[in-house]
Amino acid sequence: MTGRAVPSWLAKSVFVAFLLLAPTVRLLAVEPNERLADPALEARAVAIGATLRCLVCQNESIEDSNAGLAHDIRVLLRQLLLTGDSDTQARQAIVARYGEFVLLKPPLLPATYILWFGPGALLVLGFIAVLFWLRSRRVSTSIDAPLDAQEQNRLDALLHEADR
Amino acid sequence: MITELGHFALILALCVAVVQAVVPLVGAARGNLAWMEVARTAALVQFALVAMAMAALMHAYVTNDFSVINVAENSHTDKPLLYQISGVWGNHEGSMVLWVFMLGVCSAALALFSGNLPPALRARVLAVQGMIATGFLLFILLTSNPFLRTWPPPPNGRGLNPVLQDPGLAFHPPFLYLGYVGFSVGFAFAVAALIEGRVDAAWARWVRPWTLASWCALTIGIAMGSWWAYYTLGWGGWWFWDPVENASFMPWLVGTALIHSSIVVEKRNTMKSWTILLAIITFSLSLVGTFLVRSGVLTSVHAFATDPERGAFILLLLAVAIGGSLTLYAFRAPALKGGGLFAPISREGALVLNNLILSCGCATVFLGTLYPLFLDAVGGPKLSVGFPFFNRTFVPLMVPMILAVGIGPLLSWKRGDLLGALQRVWAAYAAAVVAILVAFYVTHGGPILAVLGFGLAAWTGMAVLVEWADRIKLFRVGFADSLRRAMHLPRAAYGMSFAHFGLAVSVAGFSASAFDVEAIDTVHAGSVVQIAGYELRFAGVARVPGPNYTADQASVEIRRDGALVALVHPERRFFPLQQQTTAMTAIRTNFLSDLYVALGDGDEAGNWTLRVYWKPLVPWIWIGAMFMAFGGMVSLSDRRWRVGVGARARRMAPALQPAAGE
Amino acid sequence: MRRALYLLPLVLFLVLGGFFARSLRPDYDPHVLPSAMIDREAPQFDLAGLKDEGLARDALKGGPVLINFFASWCVPCRVEHPLLMALANREHVPLYGIDYKDQPEDAAKLLAQFGDPYRRVGLDRDGRVGLDFGVYGVPETYVLDSDGHIRKRFVGPLTAEQVDKELLPLLKALRKS
Repeated sequence: MTGRAVPSWLAKSVFVAFLLLAPTVRLLAVEPNERLADPALEARAVAIGATLRCLVCQNESIEDSNAGLAHDIRVLLRQLLLTGDSDTQARQAIVARYGEFVLLKPPLLPATYILWFGPGALLVLGFIAVLFWLRSRRVSTSIDAPLDAQEQNRLDALLHEADR
Repeated sequence: MITELGHFALILALCVAVVQAVVPLVGAARGNLAWMEVARTAALVQFALVAMAMAALMHAYVTNDFSVINVAENSHTDKPLLYQISGVWGNHEGSMVLWVFMLGVCSAALALFSGNLPPALRARVLAVQGMIATGFLLFILLTSNPFLRTWPPPPNGRGLNPVLQDPGLAFHPPFLYLGYVGFSVGFAFAVAALIEGRVDAAWARWVRPWTLASWCALTIGIAMGSWWAYYTLGWGGWWFWDPVENASFMPWLVGTALIHSSIVVEKRNTMKSWTILLAIITFSLSLVGTFLVRSGVLTSVHAFATDPERGAFILLLLAVAIGGSLTLYAFRAPALKGGGLFAPISREGALVLNNLILSCGCATVFLGTLYPLFLDAVGGPKLSVGFPFFNRTFVPLMVPMILAVGIGPLLSWKRGDLLGALQRVWAAYAAAVVAILVAFYVTHGGPILAVLGFGLAAWTGMAVLVEWADRIKLFRVGFADSLRRAMHLPRAAYGMSFAHFGLAVSVAGFSASAFDVEAIDTVHAGSVVQIAGYELRFAGVARVPGPNYTADQASVEIRRDGALVALVHPERRFFPLQQQTTAMTAIRTNFLSDLYVALGDGDEAGNWTLRVYWKPLVPWIWIGAMFMAFGGMVSLSDRRWRVGVGARARRMAPALQPAAGE
Repeated sequence: MRRALYLLPLVLFLVLGGFFARSLRPDYDPHVLPSAMIDREAPQFDLAGLKDEGLARDALKGGPVLINFFASWCVPCRVEHPLLMALANREHVPLYGIDYKDQPEDAAKLLAQFGDPYRRVGLDRDGRVGLDFGVYGVPETYVLDSDGHIRKRFVGPLTAEQVDKELLPLLKALRKS
C-alpha cells in the first residue's frame, strides 16, 4: 500500500520529504520537446533509458518517470548519443556518474552470481530433492521380499485359528 | 472520550488475547473441555473489542478530532468522507489497527464456523491466533498507538497523501490485509497439528476453506493494487516488481502452492510435512512483508517511513512466531509419516511439480527483492535489482508450470497416463497454433516471446475446457446426459476450472503488453491525435474545483471512423495543502483493449502535453484475476466441506473400537 | 541426516533474521547511495557566480574544500543551514556553494535571510554540473582534497554527528597529507 513519509524534521526522514517536495515535478515522462529528431537515435535513447533507474522514484526507469532528475538524465543521454557515443559508451557515462545502482538490470559480477544463478540452481536442487524423496518412499514402503518358511508356517497357523 | 474508549478497548483486547493464547492451550494438553471452550468466547470478545477500537478511530477521523495525533497527521476537514474513513488505514498506526481487526475477524469466524472441528484442535488453533494477536496488540500499544492525544489540538490536519485519495486505494488495503492475515489461520492449523503430532486428510479438509478464502482475498487485493497503479500513475504500467508489491506476491505464490498441496494431503494422505511447512511459510512471508514495509530497510514508493525501533519490535515478533513455529517443525515434523504412494507421472506428480515451481518462483522473487539488503550487509557493492532480473528469471520459470496447469487435471491419481492426456488435449494444440498464427499476423510479426505467450494462454484455456468436456463426456453421450453431468459436477471442479481459465486469460493479458502503442504529443484546442485506428480530438482544458483540490480537466473526444465513441476527461489535480499534483487518467475500455489518455504539463498559451496509449488485452489481466478469485469462491461454496467431517469421524470411531479390542 | 534436513528451514530463517537485524543498524539508509566518483577527480565546471566571482573547479585546488549543493526551494537545506554557518564561521572550513536548478534572486534572498556560509556560490541553473557530479537530490555535500579529487559525499542534510564523527576528522586528515 502507499504511504508517504511522515515529515519529521530530522535527518533521514527529511531526505525522503525533499524528494516529494521538489516543485519541478512534472506529471508525464518523455516530453515531445525532449525527443530527438532522428527516429533511430530516439529509439536507441528510449531503449537505453528503459534500462536506467530513476533514482528518486524507486522502481521506475527514467523513461517512465515524471521526476526532474529523470528528465535531466534523459536529456543528457540524448546529448551523448548525438555526439556519437555508442550505446555502451552512453550507458557507461551515466554509470560513471551514478554508480551501478542506476542500472535496473544488476550486472553479472561475482557478487551477483548467487542472484543470477540462484533461481536455476534452486529449481535443479528442488527437482533432485523431489526425485530422492519419491525414490526413498518407494523403497521404504515396498514389501518385496517373500515370506520365508518359518513366517509362512506362522501365517498358516494364524489363518487356521481365525477360520475355526 | 470515544477515543479513550477505543484505547481502553485495545488494552482489554490485549488482555483477552493473552487469555485466548494460554488457557485453551493448557486445556487441550490436559483434556479440560471447559478451558478449551474458553477459546471461542475469548476470540469473539477480542473481536468485539478490536472492532470497538477500530470504530473509535474511525469516529475520530470522521469528526475531525485533531487532538488525536494520528488524525492530525493524516487527515483534514476538506477531505471527502470516503477518504476520511479510508484514511484510517492510510498510515502506519491505523493500518496496524486494520491488521488486528482482520485478525479478529478471522478468529471470530473460526470460533463461529468450526463446529465440525475436534475441540482440542480448535482450542489450539484459536490459541495460536491469540498469540499472534498478543504480539501485534503489544506492538500497537507500545510503539504505534493511534490513540495518543496532543494538546492544544492543531486547527487542522496535514491531510491525506493525495495519491491515496482514490476509491481503488480506499478498498485495496482491506482486501490485502484479509488475505495476509487470513493465512494466519492456516499457520495456526499447522502449528496446532504439529503440537498434536497428527496431520491427516481431515486436517487438510478443515484447513482448505480458510486458506482458500484468504487466497481469494489476497488475489483481489493484489489485482486491485495493480489496477490502481495502472490508472493512477499515469504511464500505463501495472507491475513494477517494487519491494512492497513483491511482499504481497510472495505469500500469494506459496499460498497457491499450499492450496494445491493440501489437496494431495486430503486425497492421498501424503506430502504432509511439506504442506505444514508451506502453511508456516505462507504466513511467515506475510510477517516478513510487514517487516519490510514498516522498518525502512527497503526503498519503495509504498513503504511507510517508520523508524528502525519499530522494525526491531517487528523483527522480535518474527523471531518468536517464525522461529518458534520452525523449531516446532524441526522437532515434530519427522514424526509425520506419509501414506499413499504414487508414480511420478500422476496427478500427485503434477501437483508436486506445481509446488516445486511456485516455491522456486517465490524464492526467486525473494532473492531479487532482498539481494540489495544482503549485499549491503556483507559489505558488497550497492546495487539495485529491477524488473529485467525478474523478467529473465521468474517468467521463464512459470512457463512449464502454466503448461502443467492444462495437463495436470487430466492425469489420474496414483498413476497417470501422460501420453493419453497429451493426446486428449489435441484441441488445445490446435488452439495454441491458431492463436500463434493469428497473433503473428495481427501484430505483423511482433516479439516472439509475446506471440508464444498467446499460444501458451490459448493452450491452457482450451485444455481447461477439454478437461471439463471430458468430465461431462461431451459429444460422447447424449446432450441431455452431458447436461445432467454438468449440473452435478462438484463445485470444487468448477472452481478449479474457473481459476485455471482465469490464469490463461491473465497470461494473454500479460503477453499483450508487448504490443502497446503510444502517442505523446503537444496539443492545443482542436488538435487531433491518431492512434490504433482511433482519432482523438483535444477540445481544451477547463479549470474545475474539487473539495480539496483544483483540477485542470481536459475534454478529449474519441472517434472511430468518424463516429463518436466516447468523451473522456483526463485531469491533473493540484492539492494546495500538500503542494502535490496527481493525475487522473481517463481510460476508455471495451474489455478487449484500453485507450489510455493522460494529461501532462501545460503552458499559458494553451499548449498541453497529451499522452495516449492503446493497450490491447490489458483488461484481461484483471478479468483473469477476478476469474481466479471467483473460482476460489466457487470452490469455497462446495458443500462437501461443510458436511460434518467431524460428525462422520465420530460415527466411525465407535465402530472402530471393537475391532481394536479384538 | 533426515532430521538435519528438517532443521534447514529454521537455520535459513535465522540467517535471514541476522541480515534483517544488521540492516536495522542506525547508520543504514537504503535511500543513500555512495558516490560513484570517490577518489576520482571532480568533474570540470566553470559557473557564473551568485555574487561577484564565478566558481570553477580548478580554482578550488590547493587545499581540501567542501562543495555544498543547495537550493532556495529545498526545505531540508534550511535544516542543515545553521550547521553550515557554524562550519564556515567557527571551524573556518572552506565551504563553496552550488545553487542547483534555482533562480539567482531566490538564492540571494535565502542567503540574505539566513546567513551566507559560502566563500563563493556558483549558479547551476540547468543542473548540468549536478548531473556531472552524480547529484540526485539536494542537499548534498562533497569533500574534495587538495588535488580536486572527490573523497566523500554526504547525502541529505548534514547532521551534527556526521560533522563531528566524519567530516571534521576527514578534513583534518586531508590537510595533513
